[in-house]
Amino acid sequence: MAALINVPSKAKRGDIIEIRTLTSHIMETGFRHTMDGALVPRDIITSFTCSYNGTEIFRADLFPAIAANPYLSFFTIARESGKLEFEWIGDNGYASTASASITVE
Amino acid sequence: MPTTRRQFLYLAASVTVIPIVTPRALEATPAMLNTAIRNIVGEAPIRTGKVKLDIPPLVENGNTVPMTVSVTSPMTADDYVKSIHVFNEKNPQPNIGNFYLNPSSGRAQVSTRIRLADTQRVVAIARLSDDSFWQVSADIVVTLAACTEEVN
Amino acid sequence: MIWWRAIAVAALVATTPALLAGEIPPDARRSGYSFVSPDTRAMQDDDTSNPGMLFVLDGEALWGKKVGSADKACADCHGDARSSMKGVAARYPAFEKALGRPITLDQRIKLCRANHQQASPLPYESRDILALSAFVAHQSRGFPITAGDDPQLSAFVAQGRSLFMQREGQLNLACTNCHDDNFDKHLAGSPITQAQPTGYPIYRLEWQTLGSLERRLRSCMTGVRAQAYDYGAPELVALELYLMSRARGMPMETPAVRP
Repeated sequence: MAALINVPSKAKRGDIIEIRTLTSHIMETGFRHTMDGALVPRDIITSFTCSYNGTEIFRADLFPAIAANPYLSFFTIARESGKLEFEWIGDNGYASTASASITVE
Repeated sequence: MPTTRRQFLYLAASVTVIPIVTPRALEATPAMLNTAIRNIVGEAPIRTGKVKLDIPPLVENGNTVPMTVSVTSPMTADDYVKSIHVFNEKNPQPNIGNFYLNPSSGRAQVSTRIRLADTQRVVAIARLSDDSFWQVSADIVVTLAACTEEVN
Repeated sequence: MIWWRAIAVAALVATTPALLAGEIPPDARRSGYSFVSPDTRAMQDDDTSNPGMLFVLDGEALWGKKVGSADKACADCHGDARSSMKGVAARYPAFEKALGRPITLDQRIKLCRANHQQASPLPYESRDILALSAFVAHQSRGFPITAGDDPQLSAFVAQGRSLFMQREGQLNLACTNCHDDNFDKHLAGSPITQAQPTGYPIYRLEWQTLGSLERRLRSCMTGVRAQAYDYGAPELVALELYLMSRARGMPMETPAVRP
């Protein structure tokens, strides 16, 4: 599934940088019914983590009240050049990953 | 086939029972909100302040509402925000999201997009590194679309 | 006196439809973008926060994927969409010689898939058809709309215009009653727009997904309690063509974000 990641490609050491992520997911709440009355089972992303060169820097628990195609923005301090890794985990064994590189001067 | 009196009563009963049950099942109550908050906070006191909740007071569609929570904090190794928790009053479930931060976050601020089933109150609570809890709440009016389409 | 009054009333009634059906002057036309809240605009403005861009990304992947018994990708015939598809969506619906009538961009993709890729059809409003049409239409972002310029289309533009002016449904409302005569007012909490289709397929917050102009038109029809035309119906295509020609010269915004 597609994901859009916005991380500055370059930053100065010690800068506070914003990380924005958007990923494709229907986030079916589990509270809706079809026209014939059957409950549509819950299918959501339940957890998101971001690691910076292997260290977890941000984590979130998501609930059905998060809108479809979840968007998250958060901050971190640019410490060193390397890789930011993103992971979304959800119902029915859902797992997806993405990554972005950053050069810190 | 003509409907018998018994069948009619059965149908009438099933029709009247459903609307009574459904709204209860699909709306969090202040008690549920309180329980959800206490699950995170425990018995600790919750003070008002430090937390800012940026959310439009009147939204065009409750299905996708942009929201930003920020907390006033130096974000140093001994004084930082550990987590931010967001709750609502009237969705089917009281939880919206939990967000875990640390001193390397640099700034205690998260943004996301949420669903609000109805006009209601949203509460944001921050847990600081000294395990104190701070909160803010906002009331949001949700307008419904004038023309809603048939469910496919 | 009574006679004169009757004549005056008759004259007023006779001229009212013409006055009410006041088409919007070209320089007074406004995209739906100008009616939405700053938050919704911000969502559209930044490609990394616009959920419609997720579909554009999916469409880009589909563009290069070989499918069907011909084992061909869109890219095998059309090359790099960034150059070959520039401005294309701004001309749609376009005249299709073989059928002797206009077809939408989605229908063009479906025809290509059937005739050249020999692949299974993509249903209307399926994720893949929306992703492909979003990817193609995105290559026209900023291009002025030119749909309807082809003289072979004039009869169909006229058909679309008469459908736009025709009252329908239990509420007995024509498109023009809201979108020409009452834009900028509100229907319940929602602003009434001019119905300028500049950003389709759009990411609609209510839908929480991308959707076509046909889906939007069908939901308006349901709103006035009319029987909506089926997807791909010639009437719906004619209406789409008229709306695009009405927005002639306005820049494409795909994928737009709307409440």
